[in-house]
Amino acid sequence: MLENYFPVLIFILVGAVVGALPLILGWVVSPSRPDSEKLSPYECGFEAFEDARMKFDVRYYLIAILFILFDLEIAFLFPWATIFKEIVSTDTIKWFGFAEMMVFIAILVVGFVYAWVKGALDWE
Amino acid sequence: MAALHEFLTSLFGAATPTIWIVLQIVAIVLPLMAVVAYLTYAERKIIGFMQVRIGPDRVGYWGLLQPIADALKLLVKEIIIPTGADKALFLLAPILSIVPALAAWAVIPFSDTLILADVNAGLLYAMAVSSLGVYGIILAGWASNSKYAFLGSMRSAAQLISYEVAMGMALITVLMVSNSLNLADIVRAQGEGIFASHGVSFFSWNWLPLLPMFVVYLVSGVAETNRAPFDMAEGESEIVAGFHVEYSGMAFAIFFLAEYANMILVSALTATLFLGGWLSPVSFLPDGLFWLLAKISALLFFFLWIRATFPRYRYDQVMRLGWKVFIPLCLVWIVVVGCWMMSPWNIWK
Repeated sequence: MLENYFPVLIFILVGAVVGALPLILGWVVSPSRPDSEKLSPYECGFEAFEDARMKFDVRYYLIAILFILFDLEIAFLFPWATIFKEIVSTDTIKWFGFAEMMVFIAILVVGFVYAWVKGALDWE
Repeated sequence: MAALHEFLTSLFGAATPTIWIVLQIVAIVLPLMAVVAYLTYAERKIIGFMQVRIGPDRVGYWGLLQPIADALKLLVKEIIIPTGADKALFLLAPILSIVPALAAWAVIPFSDTLILADVNAGLLYAMAVSSLGVYGIILAGWASNSKYAFLGSMRSAAQLISYEVAMGMALITVLMVSNSLNLADIVRAQGEGIFASHGVSFFSWNWLPLLPMFVVYLVSGVAETNRAPFDMAEGESEIVAGFHVEYSGMAFAIFFLAEYANMILVSALTATLFLGGWLSPVSFLPDGLFWLLAKISALLFFFLWIRATFPRYRYDQVMRLGWKVFIPLCLVWIVVVGCWMMSPWNIWK
């Protein structure tokens, strides 16, 4: 079972090599003539006013939090969806398996509507 | 094949299976890189024709050597690392963005038997790995210590994670009708059904019964790869180039590779999940790798076509589309498919 994932591990390593090799090659081949103007952060020709790591809009953070919630919900839906065909074809758990997930989705919708009404999804 | 295997065994002994896997990976990655190179050429040529221009035609016949010239040019350009940048993270970011774009190919089934890692959670793996791409972008923006890069990476990260939710929800309906997380099984499940038994499996593929989810997945795929009209992360007319504004030479080239590799990956996943992968649309033609490549090419053409056609969205419009249109639509459609499968008219027995 776990053996099937071995090629995946190697693929990730090969991917890292494919990323690193051109960097090294470029670093070897290309010239390096730095000067202070060239190395300054690009700001349309001006001197940089302040550090670029400034305050940013809290909505980005809110979106990230919402993403974690919804992605978790999806992670819960995945196993159910994967065996849904079996649930449908098994008479004993058919309606239970269906209704339970509908309740779950209903709770999810309540949370979603709350976030929507509160304006968490608005960008102006 | 057997002779090659024997030769390798005599050369490497116990390490042969590993070497064999590496060779298979190279056989995937090298053509992929060639396709990436010529996708950039195709993009310039196709968009050129759509705008009644000729496109590149100076380097080689019809400009066919243009991608090679571009690669060589980038190779000999200086890799600039800004003084304020975090050097290690700055160089790590491009690698982090190309690794997921390549690694997800491990589970793509090229034909009935041609698949590198036939894992039973293939779809989950593909989804997990392709969502790691956001780290490369966020790191690039943060490490550059440049305002444009920072703004671009914030926008891009928020956009990527928003559309990932919609993508994941669209996938749930695919799982419901396929009964498997294995990508090859999902393709096989699409070869069954009423239309398939009448010889036109084209209409049995997931795209037709799950049409709204197909559209959601495809559009989210365009947004996930930061392509026009969702390319405000780069938005060259407002924030110069977004997260990779400080990158030059080969470091930039790797971001470029990653973007195009991601485009091909999204096309391949869409073809696999909704368009029947390697299956032939009609029963009198044989199945095979050719069909998958044809579907990927058609989807890539679609990517280029919409870039030539649509103006760039505004950021609030992008977020509204993701959160206020796609996610409610997906939620509704999960319930619809659920009810459909519970009803006597269930077509996925």
